Amino acid sequence: MPILADLKNAIIYSNPVFVLLLGLCPTLAVTTSLENALGMGMCVIFVLVLSNVTISAIKNFIPHQVRIPVYIVIIATYVTVVNLAMEAYLPDLYDQLGLYLELIVVNCIILGRAEAFASRNSVSSSFVDGIGVGIGWTLAALLVSFIRGVMGNGSIIIWGDIGIRGILETPATAIGLPYGGFLTVGVLLAAFAYIGNRKKQKSECKGVERW
Amino acid sequence: MVDYMAIIIGAMFINNFVLVRFLGLCPFFGVSRKTSSALGMGLAVIFVMTVASVVTSVIYIYLLEPRGLDFMKIVVFILVIAGLVQLIEMAIRKYSPDLYKSLGIFLPLITTNCAVLGVALLNVSTDYGLIPSVVNGLASGAGFTLALLIMSGVRERLELADVPEAFKDIPVAFVSAMFMGMGFAGFSGVV
Repeated sequence: MPILADLKNAIIYSNPVFVLLLGLCPTLAVTTSLENALGMGMCVIFVLVLSNVTISAIKNFIPHQVRIPVYIVIIATYVTVVNLAMEAYLPDLYDQLGLYLELIVVNCIILGRAEAFASRNSVSSSFVDGIGVGIGWTLAALLVSFIRGVMGNGSIIIWGDIGIRGILETPATAIGLPYGGFLTVGVLLAAFAYIGNRKKQKSECKGVERW
Repeated sequence: MVDYMAIIIGAMFINNFVLVRFLGLCPFFGVSRKTSSALGMGLAVIFVMTVASVVTSVIYIYLLEPRGLDFMKIVVFILVIAGLVQLIEMAIRKYSPDLYKSLGIFLPLITTNCAVLGVALLNVSTDYGLIPSVVNGLASGAGFTLALLIMSGVRERLELADVPEAFKDIPVAFVSAMFMGMGFAGFSGVV
């Protein structure tokens, strides 16, 4: 299955957060619960897909020298749309995410995809790319928030009241605090580096056998 | 005066931009390998954050808010900051080539530093006036520089340490950041 292999490759071996180290700030800041990570992930996917589509649609009209400011204005417009919509329809989540919702505009993943992919490819493939990269970020954030939720709070809260509480009798509250985020992400980065190193070693070994 | 002290201590220690608010992590891990470059980056961030706080507060208080255009703040602020960084870069290159040599390479990186936009948005969302905004910008930049300098000292030592293969470089820096964060968590409740 080539699509599955591509997906595995995109999520594990070139994960935007754990391997490419992009979009770290929101990954640490909003991952105190699955609900926050899920909400933030939806916003990132929305902005990423729409900015990718818009930029690839108008790429032939943008003068090369001013392309970055144009991209930033397009992204900022969609971030404003997301902010106003969240404030109106999901005010609780809006308060929880706070500043970080507005700061999607400086998330390097979005500008990075605009520059590296959407400015060179067709509208439809930019659309697919936006969804893929957005899901990659969301999965990474969900992984971090799952670990932090279970260990730091003893609960898995998916949305509102839906979820499991009281998994651990005495949760390690520190994992849910800001510095616990650094520890969780640090250990996950090491785990991804370990997987990557082992894959590299395996392919090197194969090469040796062939000789 | 007490208010300003509260803002300064709050922005530098209690709500440290890097360790508590998680803003500006890319330069925090990217430029902290050597103390000298960390200092250069830190000074550039202090400078840009202070100037950006002044300009964005003036624009927000006198231009956007009276006309009911506050929903435009994200678009306006990001453009203002990007333009400002360009302008500062040009001015420094013209008037102080020495300073440009030491800070120049860091300035373009600052445009995409979420800490600068973060402090501008924070100033307006907490309803700071012009002077408190400037104080907040200066103190936040100083807090960022403090964290960056400590981190660079730790990482210079880590170069010599025997770290497991998978933890090398960035992962061990994250774990060190955790210990720094624990230290800074001790400041909570000071003000």
